[in-house]
Amino acid sequence: MTKSKLISSLLLSFIVLLILGFSNLAEAENKESKQVLEETPFDKVMAVVTHKRCVNCHPAGNAPLQGEDSHLHYFNIQRGPDNQGLAGYTCKTCHTTENNDFSGVPGAPHWGLAPSIMAWQGKTRVEIANQMMNPAKNGGKSPEEILKHLTEDKLVLWAFDPGINSEGIEREKPPIPKEEFIKAVKDWIGNGAVIPNK
Amino acid sequence: MKISFNINGQGQSVDIEDGNTPLLWVVRDILDLKGTKFGCGKAACGACTLHVNNEAVRSCSFPVKFAEGKDIITIEGLGTTENPHPVQQAWTEFVVPQCGYCQPGFMMATAALLNKNKLPTDEDIDNNIINICRCGTYYRMRKAIHRAAEISNSNS
Repeated sequence: MTKSKLISSLLLSFIVLLILGFSNLAEAENKESKQVLEETPFDKVMAVVTHKRCVNCHPAGNAPLQGEDSHLHYFNIQRGPDNQGLAGYTCKTCHTTENNDFSGVPGAPHWGLAPSIMAWQGKTRVEIANQMMNPAKNGGKSPEEILKHLTEDKLVLWAFDPGINSEGIEREKPPIPKEEFIKAVKDWIGNGAVIPNK
Repeated sequence: MKISFNINGQGQSVDIEDGNTPLLWVVRDILDLKGTKFGCGKAACGACTLHVNNEAVRSCSFPVKFAEGKDIITIEGLGTTENPHPVQQAWTEFVVPQCGYCQPGFMMATAALLNKNKLPTDEDIDNNIINICRCGTYYRMRKAIHRAAEISNSNS
């Protein structure tokens, strides 16, 4: 085999391997999105409520979390007696009712922490679901009220429009679109809010 | 768009193209009240703190459209030379500032705290006064905050 033929066949093999690699990648991506589509309404709801955009304000402790890595909120920000911060500063000191593209500070109506009793951080999705549907732990809400809260509350739905951070980078959104989440909530709660064993 | 509010006790109207413009720009560049400072621009350092309806607000992160109909107080309106606010008296007494740039924000944050907590403890101060001072004047500020509470309580 001449040197040029050897180079040609090596090049050809490389191209074939490259194509195979890309097709496997595309197949894996298809499989992944198909998997999301095939999930039950419960799976879809829980995929959203366990996302950092939700959990950051449902912390286990007395400080909000923030960022894509869910670190403790900078500057020793604390929950306070009414989940709205302390006397000298409240959530409203920095957060308004809408996202602020100048400062990168997120905002939505009644911005604040969920009460401690509604903490989700560190809990399994089954634990969260049981807590969410238990009036003793959800602020006395009926399933219908929970449905309304999840599908209409502007602070909840902020997760799907979380704006940009102070570096101008868009915050990560939950894994499914808002409309799909709303439909999943209605399907799940509308059909008895059945919670699987695990 | 036209936005009207009270600032330091005076009615004021501004005509502004973008209602999302930070209140800080309006206060400094349109109303020429330069006491409120720009620090980080992301509601982190507190140099731009002023009061909106008696609550501390980071004005770099507060769209001017939300100021409509509100009462705003800046460091210029906290007290006067003849009748300084207890926070200003205490700050002077302890010669708190070093470079001074962040101090108006700290003073406004302190005044907002004292509006709700008449006798803050060291822990209250640590938890509530969360502005940043690069000169490190925290030690003198702590003393001044306690003193401001004392003056304020003796006046009332």
